[in-house]
Parts: sequence; C-alpha cells; structure tokens
Amino acid sequence: MIVGITARAAGTDAPVEQRFGRAPYFVFVDTETGKSESVENPLVDAAGGVGPRAAQLLAEHGASVLITGQVGGNAARALEAGGVKAYAYRGSGSVADALAEYTAGTLQPLSLS
Amino acid sequence: MKITIASGKGGTGKSTVAANLAYTLARSREVVLVDCDVEEPNLHLFFPAPAVDVPVTTPVPEIDPASCTLCGECGKFCRFGALSVLKDRVLVFPELCHSCGGCVLVCPQGAVREIPRTVGRVACSRPLPALTLISGVLNEGEVQAPTVIKAAKMLAEGHPLTLYDASPGIACPVIETLEGSDVCVLVTESTPFGLHDLRLAAEVAERVGIGAGVVINRSDGQDEATLGFYRERGLPILMTIPFSREIAAVQNRGGLICRDLPGWEEQFADLFSEIVKIAGVSL
Repeated sequence: MIVGITARAAGTDAPVEQRFGRAPYFVFVDTETGKSESVENPLVDAAGGVGPRAAQLLAEHGASVLITGQVGGNAARALEAGGVKAYAYRGSGSVADALAEYTAGTLQPLSLS
Repeated sequence: MKITIASGKGGTGKSTVAANLAYTLARSREVVLVDCDVEEPNLHLFFPAPAVDVPVTTPVPEIDPASCTLCGECGKFCRFGALSVLKDRVLVFPELCHSCGGCVLVCPQGAVREIPRTVGRVACSRPLPALTLISGVLNEGEVQAPTVIKAAKMLAEGHPLTLYDASPGIACPVIETLEGSDVCVLVTESTPFGLHDLRLAAEVAERVGIGAGVVINRSDGQDEATLGFYRERGLPILMTIPFSREIAAVQNRGGLICRDLPGWEEQFADLFSEIVKIAGVSL
C-alpha cells in the first residue's frame, strides 16, 4: 500500500506540512517495501484549484492513504471519489514520525464532508 | 457616448454621482444606467421599479462517460483544477472553471461538451420615462464578476448614452467595465485613502487608454494634496461636492440631490458638459 504524506522538504526526515494542496513536497512511502519517493509539488504557486489537482497527483502515484493536516472541500471531494483515505497529523514531527503513528493506528481519519 | 464612473476606493460616492447624473440627463434625453458593481449593486435603491430578470450563464464542461477513456488530457490541461481525472471517472468542479473551453479542444475522444451554468442575472427596469436601469447581479459565492458585467453591458448596447457604474477597486471587474468606454469619471474624497486609491484608478484608466476627470466628493474645502495630484497628472476636476449635512441627509434616505436640493440639477448638467469635453465626442 502506498501512503502519501505532505512534507516541507524531500525525504522521510522532512517535517510534515499541514496544508494539502500547497504542500512543498509529497513523500510517497510503500508500506510493503519501505521504499519512499519524494515528489516536488508543482502546485505550490498555482492560482487556484490546487486541492483537486493535488488529489489527482496522489492518485497518479497510486496512493490510497493520505496523511496531512487539513484538506479543503474540493480536495475532499476528489480524494473521496478517488478512493484515497485521509488521516490527520497535527504534530510537528517528521514524515517518518507521522507514518509510525499511522501504522500504530493512532491517527484519526480526516472528516471529508 | 459611454461614461464609466469609477473610484478605486470604495464609498467615495460613485453610485451617488452615477444616479444623480443619470436622473439629470434623463430629464432631457434617453439614458441607460448600468450597475456594473455586480457583487453589491445598489442603484435600484435610488430608482425602485419592477424589473425583468435575465439569467447570466457561463459554459462549463460535462463529460460523456461512455466515450471518455480517462486519458487525463483534460485534467492536465486545466490550470484551475476544474477537472480531476481519477481511475474510474472524471470529477468536474464547475465553480473552479474559467470557461476557457480548453478541455473540449484537447479531448481526443470528443467526450467533453459545454453546458451552461448560471452565475448571476441582469435585472432590467424602466424607473423613469427616459431612464433604463440595467443591474448586474452576481450570485452569492460566485467569482465570475466580469461575465455578469459583460452581459449587463451587452444588454445596454446600441443606446446613444450609457453610464456604467463600476465597482470599487482596480481589478478585473473595473477593467471589464472600462472596456469600450469613451471617458472615465473618477470619484474621490480628499483623504489619504481616497488619494492613494485614486492614483491607482487613474493609472488603470491611463493604461486602458481612456481619458479621465475627477469629482471630489465630501470636500471640506481642504483639498490641497488631492489638487496637487491632479495638476501633476493633468487630470481635470469636473465637479466638487461639499461635505454637507444637507446632502448627506438626502443621500442617506436614498434620495437624489439633483431632484431634492435646489441648484444640483444644474451642477450635474454642468458635470456632463465637462465630461463631454474630455470624451471629445460630439453628441
């Protein structure tokens, strides 16, 4: 399973970014192999409509789980339709920390409606 | 002739000047007054009358799921995020769409067609024997003010004398209102705020290539800073409305100073003569 995590920089040591559509990086971690891939978000400076486009980017990378701080209404609709489950991480830890909490089952699902 | 009344700063008296000028002119000729402040139109408060509503629509994409192959071209093309191509369907976010039509062009399957979406309306009324009022009204939550302004202006096309009341600010709605105007009347007040925003508005009129003049409203007689700016920019002062309790009282009950106070119909008639001079058009 692939988990997408919003991050301020590349790599699993990077701090988690609270914003979804305008997160500087998306770090995708394959929970089976432990391998990670960092993708720079091209939408950081886009004018608008970043939420649905970020959701599409997640779908293109095969993610079925998203860990982030908060998502907007349009993004929520796109994530839900794309079958991506979103979880809230409000801490100040790294991507690896957030993933550990997710694996431990302590993250709450983000309410998408 | 087409006259835009703009200001930059909000609350300087654009609608007051537009309403009084329209009323004065309608005493002797046919006038169309267009409320282009579509987010908060209020000229109808000066001219209550039954109106006919015309809906304003904008084209947005609709996907035919039978012919869509989920290739993703439309989603990649749309820079506004209005189309999300997912594994099993395409999601459309109509409120993010800017109606450019690009998705229709890039779809290799011809699976995208455009359908109308209502974003506002234009209300037309005839409050006086020679005055037509056309008010653009943008629906709550919508952002496409220029679409509604364009529709309101289109309904006023063909009339010999049209007044456009612009919204405050200097962004898209104001530029859309200015397009095709012969002259721009900038209404200001002698405050640092009025002058600051007037500079911006004057620059916009200059960039769009439309001659402008200024009406100073709520003048306390100490307009030196503002007057210096006019001299520097070569902007003529067309009219000065004093800061007066009597004028405020008429205005505050939705009245017209040109109708309710002596001497002001003549003042607004003079304002029109000054405007004609700037426009350089013969009537």
